[in-house]
Amino acid sequence: MKNLRMRSAGLFVSVMAAAATLAADGGLNVTRSSIIATFRQENVPVDAPFRTFSGTIHYDSAQPDRSSAALAVDVASFDIGDVGYNAEVRKPAWFDGARFPQATFRSTAIKPGAAGHFDATGTLTIKGRAQPMSVAITVQRIGGADAFDGSFDLSRKAFGIGDPSWDDVLDDKVHVRFHLVNAGT
Amino acid sequence: MPDRYTRTAVALHWTVMALVITALCMGWFMTDLAISPLKLRVYSWHKWIGVTVLGLSAVRALWRLSHAPPAPVPMAAWQRLSAHAIHGLLYLMLLVQPLTGWIYSNAAGFPVVYLKLIPLPNLVAKDKALAARFEDLHSAGGTILAIAIGLHALAALKHHFIDRDDTLRRMLRWRAT
Repeated sequence: MKNLRMRSAGLFVSVMAAAATLAADGGLNVTRSSIIATFRQENVPVDAPFRTFSGTIHYDSAQPDRSSAALAVDVASFDIGDVGYNAEVRKPAWFDGARFPQATFRSTAIKPGAAGHFDATGTLTIKGRAQPMSVAITVQRIGGADAFDGSFDLSRKAFGIGDPSWDDVLDDKVHVRFHLVNAGT
Repeated sequence: MPDRYTRTAVALHWTVMALVITALCMGWFMTDLAISPLKLRVYSWHKWIGVTVLGLSAVRALWRLSHAPPAPVPMAAWQRLSAHAIHGLLYLMLLVQPLTGWIYSNAAGFPVVYLKLIPLPNLVAKDKALAARFEDLHSAGGTILAIAIGLHALAALKHHFIDRDDTLRRMLRWRAT
């Protein structure tokens, strides 16, 4: 009996250790993270979040240049706040969610800057088109987890998002800001 | 009491009339438009007109308070009372209707950028439930405003063509000052 209890305690410890490893492995805490795109129509800035995404960020504060990040965002989860517009942007002229369900980012190089800052260079792929990009990121410890903040501009036309007939009312430039929190250790 | 309206009062009256009727017509057809660049444009124009009406109506209300309107044309007491009631309702709706539209837009997550140039403050934060409530309020307000304008116009025409009095004519000519 005592032996059994010892064994289940041992099992509990190893499960916890596995969970901690998994968290330290860089899985995102998705509920604490956000990715929000701001587009401009008729010069009106509209914030719209991507509700579903996943990814891993391996961050080594001692050797930031050995860090890496990989993210996958479900384009169908783009939420403008209206079912009609949400359905519109899934169409082939926009995100073409049926053919290209995910937008991805994969880092290729991390360049450390001042404490808590680094530049991530990588490849952003939306609608099957890959573009190199670089983004300045700030990292801080929040509640026992690393939180990464940054923002960048992208050209929706570079990714073939939106028919040219929209160009007069919809800016090409889209601002994206993210707050990504790793699962705590 | 003067027997005419001031030129400013007359100009404001007809300018606001033209803007409000345009905005009402847009409001009725733009909601049924399929999603398109035109739809976004019409929504923007509608909002800009609304903001203009709000500003002009505020000026108008202040002008009305500081400049005596002409003495009422002789008419039955019930007519004068209902004319006053409709005028009050019109002034109220000219201020309230743009505001419910502004709040509806903000609650739906769309700031208002006047004439594509001037970002106006958000009156409320994005809130789906609030947006639905103000969508209903704004829509009902449009109907109330249209009915009030209709009654007001019918009464003016009745005074002009049937009573043959000065009611409409004095809103078409103005005093010098």
